[in-house]
Amino acid sequence: MSKDNQILEELTSKEYEHGWSVNYEADEAPVGLTEDTIRWISTKKEEPQWLLDWRLKAFKTWEAMYEPKWANVHYPKIDLQSLKYYSAPKQASKPKNLDEVDPELLDIYKRLGINLNEQKRLQGIAVDAVLDSVSVATTFKGTLSKLGIVFCSFSEAVKEHPELVKKYLGSVVPMTDNYYAALNSAVFSDGSFCYIPKGVRCPMELSTYFRINAANTGQFERTLIVAEDESYVSYLEGCTAPQRDENQLHAAVVEIYAGAHAEVKYSTVQNWFPGDKEGKGGIYNFVTKRGICAGDFSKISWTQVETGSAVTWKYPSCILKGDNSIGEFYSVAVTNNYQQADTGTKMIHIGKNTKSRIVSKGISAGKSQNSYRGQVQVMKRATNARNFSQCDSLLMGDRCGAHTFPYIDINNPTAKVEHEATTSKIGEDQLFYCNQRGIATEDAVALIVNGYAKEVLNQLPMEFAVEAQKLLALTLEGSVG
Amino acid sequence: MLTIKNLHASIEGTPILRGINLEVKAGEIHAIMGPNGSGKSTLASVLAGREEYEITAGEVSFKGKDLLELSPEDRAREGVFLAFQYPVEIPGVSSTNFLRTAVNQVREYRGEEPLDAVKFLTLMKEKMKLVEMDQKLLSRSLNEGFSGGEKKRNEIFQMAMLAPTLSILDETDSGLDIDALRIVSNGVNQLKSKDNATIVVTHYQRLLDYIVPDFVHVLYKGQIVKSGTKELALELEEKGYDWIKDEVDSNATV
Ligand SMILES: Nc1ncnc2c1ncn2[C@@H]1O[C@H](COP(=O)(O)OP(=O)(O)OP(=O)(O)O)[C@@H](O)[C@H]1O
Ligand SMILES: [Mg+2]
Repeated sequence: MSKDNQILEELTSKEYEHGWSVNYEADEAPVGLTEDTIRWISTKKEEPQWLLDWRLKAFKTWEAMYEPKWANVHYPKIDLQSLKYYSAPKQASKPKNLDEVDPELLDIYKRLGINLNEQKRLQGIAVDAVLDSVSVATTFKGTLSKLGIVFCSFSEAVKEHPELVKKYLGSVVPMTDNYYAALNSAVFSDGSFCYIPKGVRCPMELSTYFRINAANTGQFERTLIVAEDESYVSYLEGCTAPQRDENQLHAAVVEIYAGAHAEVKYSTVQNWFPGDKEGKGGIYNFVTKRGICAGDFSKISWTQVETGSAVTWKYPSCILKGDNSIGEFYSVAVTNNYQQADTGTKMIHIGKNTKSRIVSKGISAGKSQNSYRGQVQVMKRATNARNFSQCDSLLMGDRCGAHTFPYIDINNPTAKVEHEATTSKIGEDQLFYCNQRGIATEDAVALIVNGYAKEVLNQLPMEFAVEAQKLLALTLEGSVG
Repeated sequence: MLTIKNLHASIEGTPILRGINLEVKAGEIHAIMGPNGSGKSTLASVLAGREEYEITAGEVSFKGKDLLELSPEDRAREGVFLAFQYPVEIPGVSSTNFLRTAVNQVREYRGEEPLDAVKFLTLMKEKMKLVEMDQKLLSRSLNEGFSGGEKKRNEIFQMAMLAPTLSILDETDSGLDIDALRIVSNGVNQLKSKDNATIVVTHYQRLLDYIVPDFVHVLYKGQIVKSGTKELALELEEKGYDWIKDEVDSNATV
């Protein structure tokens, strides 16, 4: 309760508040994308041969692919040859612990409200901070490693735990999966790696914070989460970028593996720069996220609050392979001004008695376009599969669009699939009622929208929920009245 | 406190209020009665600042200010409260959260410190007693799935929380059971002081046994066609509106 009001009080700044950039010396790959670029990145990162080979194979695959056109988004063709594929803040030598990290880099995170200093952090959240393409610091490593939990940057995992990376890399999202996943596989620069051993409940939230800083650089990070049998982890992902006139490309891949009785919660608050009011600039966010419930009774739950990016193309999905496994997708996607979002999920039921639940809340304002695209697929041997989908759209004004594209593909007669969809407008009656109690229209909108999205926001860990509510309100400011 | 002069208002080109004159002083209770569709709710909405209505003539002053110049939220912050005939549902927003936002925005407008969680809860507990409000209702989504009577009671609870100078109760009695009517009326009476005023819109004299008005007005076809004391309400209860309608309509034809 006190939370909500705090949020409303903070509703003062109207523009994207993370729109600043910092100048620091960077190590950058030359512009353009060829096999040489990939070799350059791999050498820079001192990677083993197998990984270079894997990248090169992905590059070959990608070269033969075309950009997908089926999504309900429109943007000028991206010139992939004009981008840089690697940018890393220059540090004298690789830091061994937080004290050795360049204070200027720590400062960047401080400005974002993220304190990487372990002692100063009150909440038990371990953070991996990724700036442009590389991880600059990971906190709480010691505490976690006592439990056998590995939480580090992807590059470090390649060096320290090559057998794990080799086993799981590309096992959930194969390099051939789609155009952007293939591109990412070829050029990914860093990201986070997380391994929870059998029977371990991770005692704190693990969090990765992505920040794009450099101009004209594509950001391609990769996250891999492996939860062995009977383990549990809750993982958070946050992102911001500076305000620039040109569009920037972000194409990440997230893979999750859940063993028997394991549970993974993955929460995202996506706040990439959305472009300005005229639709200039902003991040193109083309992300592939997928989890596999490999073991029986496993569970993967995606929660996302999508407020940023000029164009979003993203479908966090679950492959329900283990019997009695559960997949969940909770999403709030807000679009304002000229933003376009095409997002949703895929639930693929393979095992028996598998269950999935989809709750999607779209909010469109301004001249934006907001699409939900979801697929529920029940395979032949998936007896007693259950799915429940709820797709709601909230429209603000009459120049925006909301679209719902549900695809249902059932190959087993015992399946039970329910789909509910609603479209509503913020009512004049509701706004007037709030006004009559002394609440200003902007705050009334924030209140109503947060109420509408509550079912999803409730899934987020506390601190994230606060940030998310604030973001929803900020994104929609000025969209009514 | 409130002076309405020759107020005309229309919606989508149809005139609804056609020359309202009314003077409400601090400490007074005014009852407005009148047949369905006569413009009672319209008057309440216009005073509260609903934008769909076009004010075509007249003026309204409230505590010396031009009320019609103020935004709906500023009218509320100045102390105008409307208990809605049909309270609105807001899914996912608890009454508690809603009211905390409202109370603090009103306080901010008046240059007062916002209430912290503890102070707010204390205030809420106190006002809940006044209308015997069930705590469970307040943690639910605002008005969502509330029974008709629960919604009305919640309106008066909100009124108690906001402590307005001018309260307009639009048919708050309809939908309340006999006990609730007594409880809610009691609440309204306790909130009454020499500094505030109340306008009650009702169809039933019964309410006026509990909330005793200083004046009773009859609204018909967008005008106050008869004013009197509480005895007028008794007369209406007995005779209906026909005699007044006849009076007005025959005058109009002359
Ligand atoms: N949008 C509209 N367009 C045309 N007429 C309208 C509109 N809204 C309200 N009216 C009319 O205005 C008149 C006054 O309505 P109002 O709700 O003020 O009546 P009331 O006196 O409160 O009636 P009741 O006792 O039934 O609550 C009614 O005839 C109603 O139909
Ligand atoms: Mg009415």
